[in-house]
Amino acid sequence: MLQKDVMTTPQGASGVEPALLTLRGVGKAFSNGVTALNGVDMTLAEGDFLSLLGPSGCGKSTALRLIAGLSSPTSGLLDWRGGGLDRSQVGFVFQEPTLLPWANVFDNVWLPLRLKGVSRAKAAPAIMELLERVHLAGFATAVPRELSGGMKMRVSIARALVTKPRVLLMDEPFAALDEITRFKLNNDLLELWQDQRFTVVFVTHSVFESVFLSSRIVVMAARPGRVFEEMTVDAPYPRDEEFRTSASYASLCRKASDVLVAAINAKAGDAKEAGI
Amino acid sequence: MTAIDSPAPLVDAEEVRRLRQEKLESIGRWVLPLAIMVLAVFLWDRICVWNEIPKYILPRPGVVMQTMYSDAGLLFSSLLVTLKITFLSLLLAVIGGVGLSVLFTQSKWVEMSFFPFAIVLQVTPIVAIFPLINIYVANQTVKLLLCAWIVAFFPILSNTTLGLNSVDRNLRDMFRLNGATRWQQLRYLRLPAAMPYFLGGLKIAGGLSLIGAVVAEFVAGASGQSSGLASRIIEAGYRLNAPRLFAALILISLAGIVIFLVLSLISHLILRRWHESAIKQER
Repeated sequence: MLQKDVMTTPQGASGVEPALLTLRGVGKAFSNGVTALNGVDMTLAEGDFLSLLGPSGCGKSTALRLIAGLSSPTSGLLDWRGGGLDRSQVGFVFQEPTLLPWANVFDNVWLPLRLKGVSRAKAAPAIMELLERVHLAGFATAVPRELSGGMKMRVSIARALVTKPRVLLMDEPFAALDEITRFKLNNDLLELWQDQRFTVVFVTHSVFESVFLSSRIVVMAARPGRVFEEMTVDAPYPRDEEFRTSASYASLCRKASDVLVAAINAKAGDAKEAGI
Repeated sequence: MTAIDSPAPLVDAEEVRRLRQEKLESIGRWVLPLAIMVLAVFLWDRICVWNEIPKYILPRPGVVMQTMYSDAGLLFSSLLVTLKITFLSLLLAVIGGVGLSVLFTQSKWVEMSFFPFAIVLQVTPIVAIFPLINIYVANQTVKLLLCAWIVAFFPILSNTTLGLNSVDRNLRDMFRLNGATRWQQLRYLRLPAAMPYFLGGLKIAGGLSLIGAVVAEFVAGASGQSSGLASRIIEAGYRLNAPRLFAALILISLAGIVIFLVLSLISHLILRRWHESAIKQER
């Protein structure tokens, strides 16, 4: 079965190790009375590629901001293994590239290190290597407006990875890109993930993207934002273009799509009943 | 040009028309204002001749130019005095305007408390404040500086404050995530982001500081002590020396134009790589 219990230890984690992050009954209500999230239980294991999939308004971005520590929950708690959240362990990629328009590519990637007091000379080798990894080797001195949308996103990813974070949080990073660019960035992201072994939480509203990338998908429903169902994507890595056209990918997509449709049609109170 | 008469095979008729249009536009940008200027000066001259207007009422352009040359020593040393006040007050306006706006963005409370004062200073005509300054301040240069500063600092203050506050939300979050201190956020994010706004304010303030300097000299009525262009104008007015009056006037306008052009150039050089306003559109 695809459907898994919320607390099931996902693959990739060695059974004894506690989850990297556990959300227990997390809720978030805004001062205008909108309940963005309600009673969210979720676990994040070391090495996971976890996608938050859901219709707009289901609070997936809010959940990501909570995990990043950009806002705090109004109920429940976020339980990080080994105490509180260490911000230097988290990298964040926004929906827009969010680069400094006046700074060139090198300086943009350098920024997180610069804020920690690492000099340009000391940071340079790591930055140049990282730029090569995201296929931007020749563009260190270009400014953002000289780059295409996909390239800007690569800079943004490089900037998030330059501090060697353990968790990479991505908020619909490829939503504004064309399909061809998105496919390429998907492949490159997976390559980076397998190579550097960080943990990813990836917010998306694309079924196909989430299935292609993730080891686990958390499907969310709206009004109030909640976890509807969790599914494990049983397909081995590395995944490449061949996987994208395979029958198993298609059937996984259909299953995820069914869950998503159920989540979209679900009324408040239906949460998780299908799964538990 | 034969190149335009016989288009290359790759260039179609529309493209040729567009290129010609572009060329015409770029020539017209310089030629048209110049032609109008020459025409206006010519008309000015003719009106003087046709109506036999005496030169103490409206001197002919040639006479003004002659005066500019014969009184050069007097006029240019006066111009120097006025420019000194202008640049010093502009410098102070930049320091004061940027300093205050940084202070404002550090705390909403400070902004709420002090912004009204800035507005009061701005909206009260300087001519009305000057008699007070005249009583309190003894030093002539300080008097003039203070006046010109009051006129010039506000556009810098309000523009820079706006710029410091209009930083992209995500960028601010990004700095927070990376544990940036207040100072780092100011230095690496807010100040660069405010640069286009600041430069816009600077362009306005450049003109205003010249106006401030001249107005201050006027109300100071500083015959003898101060020797800026405004006092030359007053003097020439008393003596019905219209040619010198016109010459001084022209020098002030020219100074204003040069200040504006220099500030525009500075602005362009700083912003040309990244800001929309300075980027040439490619068609």
